[in-house]
Amino acid sequence: MTFELETATNPEKLKRVVIEPVSRVEGHGKVTLLLDDDNRVHQARFHIVEFRGFEKFIQGRPYWEVPSMVQRLCGICPVSHNLAASKALDMIVGAQLTPTAEKLRRLMHLGQILQSHALHFYYLASPDLLFGFDSDVAKRNIVGVVAAYPEIAKQGVALRKYGQEIIRITMGKRVHGTGAIPGGVNKNLSREERDTLLKDIDNIVAWSRAAVELIKKVYTGNPKFYNGFGYYKSSFMSLVRDDGAMDLYHGGLRANDEHGQSIFDHVDYGHYWDYIHEEVKSWSYMKFPFIRSRGREEGWYRVGPLARVNNCEFIPTPLAEAERKIFKAFDAGSATQATLAYHWARMIEMLHAAEGIQELLLDGDLQGDDLVSKGEPALRGVGVIEAPRGTLIHHYRVNEDELIVRANLIVSTTHNNHAMNEAVRQVALQYLDGQQVTEGLLNHIEVAIRAFDPCLSCATHAVGKMPLEVELVDAGGNVIDRLAKNSDGRCDA
Amino acid sequence: MGAPMSKTITIDGKSIPFKDGQTIMDAAMAADVYIPHLCHNPEFKPHGSCKLCTVKVNGRNVASCTMPAVEGQQVLSDTLELNDERLSLTQMLFVEGNHICPSCEKSGNCQLQAVAYYLGMMSPHYNHFYPQREVDASHPDMLLDRNRCIYCELCVRASRDVDGKSVFGLSGRGIGSTLVVNSTSGLLGDTNLAATDKAAQVCPTGALLKKRQGFTVPIGQRIFDHRTIKDVQLGEEHE
Repeated sequence: MTFELETATNPEKLKRVVIEPVSRVEGHGKVTLLLDDDNRVHQARFHIVEFRGFEKFIQGRPYWEVPSMVQRLCGICPVSHNLAASKALDMIVGAQLTPTAEKLRRLMHLGQILQSHALHFYYLASPDLLFGFDSDVAKRNIVGVVAAYPEIAKQGVALRKYGQEIIRITMGKRVHGTGAIPGGVNKNLSREERDTLLKDIDNIVAWSRAAVELIKKVYTGNPKFYNGFGYYKSSFMSLVRDDGAMDLYHGGLRANDEHGQSIFDHVDYGHYWDYIHEEVKSWSYMKFPFIRSRGREEGWYRVGPLARVNNCEFIPTPLAEAERKIFKAFDAGSATQATLAYHWARMIEMLHAAEGIQELLLDGDLQGDDLVSKGEPALRGVGVIEAPRGTLIHHYRVNEDELIVRANLIVSTTHNNHAMNEAVRQVALQYLDGQQVTEGLLNHIEVAIRAFDPCLSCATHAVGKMPLEVELVDAGGNVIDRLAKNSDGRCDA
Repeated sequence: MGAPMSKTITIDGKSIPFKDGQTIMDAAMAADVYIPHLCHNPEFKPHGSCKLCTVKVNGRNVASCTMPAVEGQQVLSDTLELNDERLSLTQMLFVEGNHICPSCEKSGNCQLQAVAYYLGMMSPHYNHFYPQREVDASHPDMLLDRNRCIYCELCVRASRDVDGKSVFGLSGRGIGSTLVVNSTSGLLGDTNLAATDKAAQVCPTGALLKKRQGFTVPIGQRIFDHRTIKDVQLGEEHE
């Protein structure tokens, strides 16, 4: 595994190109490239410039407040935080979930996966995939997609809306509702609500299939490019069910290395710290987790859709499982390590979510009244869930008065921190090294970052409104070139 | 049959009957006229501290919850000027404490939040004080979060006048005021408060709450999800 370009030998003698903020991702981050006079790349870093203080400011708060409080980390996947925290607090209240509670939580979660994956693919990523990475920047956005591919855009909007409707019905609001609570959930799904959701589910499954076909067509239409873009090999980590199936809500931790060999398997996540450690680097607010047995240098890994599709032995819904097999078999498995294959895997998961929702809606347990359970209380709880972007770990300790005394959150994007940096370095070498910097070339770097669907702040985002500013700074700190994209998409030199 | 209601005052030009001994607030509530308030609760002796119910009587500002109704009073309540002042008072209550509605379990059931919505509050307007206040979780069944206390003294009145325990009291003055409890340790867990006490039920905000109940009522079924505080409080008056 390579760390090339992580640190330059003589940074003070190099030009600095900064992409800040990175656009069409959640939250704020920036990329810095250090170039010499011949535009050869000597260093490429992806920095997270926001500070997240949740672990600190929930200290001293009562534990039952936590699921609703920590979901404010994110405006895109609050359900994931709500569920991961609730799972951790299930341990603290000693709960064994009732079938109704667990299935309702799974329904919330699949709604979340559906809406988040649809948001990422259609709103954030599809402009690059449909128009080209260095296409006209004024059209390379969701408005451009609506104009050029209205049917695709319409399906994307409808898919996201359906996922949001599931969240609204099960949690009271589309964003930042309340649903999961320690030991269970606060409401069931009425027959009327179920019937409302059942009306559209056939279309949702059909459109999810169309989404897989679309990314498959794009990807397989130019396999050399898509496989090779920002390519590197890594380990993968995800939850899997006891029988090896994909399970986005619960399971044991599985990590496989870059050759598919097991590093650990079916690990009880209640002791995740025996397997994963976190490293701090001076140039980013985001920590760098690594697999303990492989060490700091070799222990980094990827999480998220690509990790989950690669790690599981099967997907327990038929249409998605058929697509998983196609994906794995494509070009003798060449896509399984590709950066842009994240998009393909993400759409397979969206199809799985749609099928899973269809299955759950027909389950009578959702109308049950046994919503909350509790048992022998404990002072420590760990909850892990496969959030849209990957494995999400919430870990809490409470005192005898039931107040939080310690919290550790490892969010999906943090797991992918090293991997995203690696993708940036690979693309910088492949496309920018020795070249005159242009907006289109810089967008290649953003395309690599976007493949991970990173949630940089776990905060709300402003699609289409984020300005992009690139400055070329000489060794003395003087700006010698500047390129800016305005919020309306226009570029100023 | 109570005393005849032959006497009247006017509120915003509307004739309102009252009985001797009633305050302007009592008369208004009985006649379905809403005057925003927080520290007032008809079950307890009026307190007159939050000043939200301030009305203009014959040109003077008075707290309607403590001012007796007197024949011929001309009361102004629902005016732009008074509502602006109520809004400012509410905004001051928000910035003086730490009221984080998005993560507060009282959200949707909170009178402070509901009155803010009623008055059209869109922002706190003033700079937050961000005071350092203690959370007391020492009681097995009750949580005292002083961050959300607005010093209405409803718990003080309920504990003293109904429960006969005097568990709560205010200490200090002005901006240095704090809600204290009657135990040598200063901890709620060392008082004789019971979760069934009236004092444990009356907090209009999330300062005094039953433990382990947070977010158990789904959105849509909370008190103020579909009704304004005006509708709720006038409805309660007639229950």
